[in-house]
Amino acid sequence: MTTRPQTRIVELRQGILKKNDELAAVLRNRYKAAGVLVLNLVSSPGTGKTAFLERTLRDLKQGGARVAALVGDLETDNDARRLAASGAPVRQINTHGICHLDADMIHRHLEGWDLAELEYLFIENVGNLVCPSSYDLGERVRVALLSVTEGEDKPLKYPTLFNSADAAVITKMDIAEPCGFDRDLALRNINEIRPGIRIFETSAKTGAGMEEWLAYLAEERAKCRAQE
Amino acid sequence: MHELSIVSSIVESVTESLAAYPGATVKEVRLRVGALASVVVDSLEFCWGIATEGTALSRTRLVVIVVPVVMHCAQCDADVELPGLQSFRCPRCGELVADLRQGRELEIESFEIDEVEEKP
Repeated sequence: MTTRPQTRIVELRQGILKKNDELAAVLRNRYKAAGVLVLNLVSSPGTGKTAFLERTLRDLKQGGARVAALVGDLETDNDARRLAASGAPVRQINTHGICHLDADMIHRHLEGWDLAELEYLFIENVGNLVCPSSYDLGERVRVALLSVTEGEDKPLKYPTLFNSADAAVITKMDIAEPCGFDRDLALRNINEIRPGIRIFETSAKTGAGMEEWLAYLAEERAKCRAQE
Repeated sequence: MHELSIVSSIVESVTESLAAYPGATVKEVRLRVGALASVVVDSLEFCWGIATEGTALSRTRLVVIVVPVVMHCAQCDADVELPGLQSFRCPRCGELVADLRQGRELEIESFEIDEVEEKP
C-alpha cells in the first residue's frame, strides 16, 4: 500500500456573509408580507441620526402613522429612551463592541412585535461609515446621512457606503452657513458617488426639509403596499 | 474593522466543507473581494493568521482576488470598468453611471486541498 497526495481544487462559490444574507432575505419577505416599510439609517457617529429620527417619528406619529424603531449602539440605552419619547415602540440593540448591526440582531429584537401592525420601521445603525455597508438587514431603503459639520467630501472618502445607499439625508442644515458648508459641492460629491440618488436637506431643529422627506416615505410605503 | 468576523466566517465555511474530504490538508483558500465590498485586503490577511491559529487552516495560504467595479453605461451601451472609486462616471464618455454590474462580491471562490489517496 502506498499513499500519495492528490491535489484538488474545491469550487465553493459561496458568499462569505451567506448566513447574514440568507437571514436578511427571510426578514425582507417578512417585511413584505406585513407591508411595512423598513429603512436602515447609516452615518458616522455625531451626524445626528437620533435627532433626525426623533423628528421623523414625532412628525409621522402626529400624522397618525404607525411607526417603530430599533436603535443600535455599542453601549447604553440613551438613544432608545430619547426616541421612545415620541410614543413609538422602540428597542435598543447593544452590540457590545461590534461595529455594525447584522440580520440576526434584528431578527432577535423583533420578537414579539406584530409587523403587520406597523407602517414604518426604522433601524438606526451603529455610527460607522464602513462596516454597516456589508450587512444587509433586509431593509427596502438604506439611508446615508451626512451633516453639514462633517465636510463635503465625506461621500468621496466613504464611497462604498454612499454607493450602496438608496437615499441621502443632509442634517443640521440650520447651521450650514456658520459652518461654511458648501452645499453645491456636497450635492455634487454625493451625485458623483451615487448618481441620481434622492437627497434631502434637513434640519431636525427647524423642521426644514421634513415635508419632502415625509412625502418620500409615503411614496416608498405605497410601493410596499403595492406588493402586499 | 469587521475583517476578523469576516475571516472567522471563512474559516467556519471552509471547515464545514472540508468534512467531505477526510484527512485532506488545505493549501490555499481563494477569495473574490469586490472593490466596493468595504473590506480591506491587508486587514483580511492580517486577521487570517489570528483566526486560523489552532485550526485545520493554520498553514493555509489566503489568496485574495480583487474584483474591479463594473458599471453599465447606457450612453455607450456597454459594461465599463471604473479605474477608481472617486467618480462613478463612464471612463469612455464621461457620463454618470448608476447601474452596478460587479464590484460588491465577497465570496469564497475555492480552496485547494491535498487529499491522501490510498492506492493498492
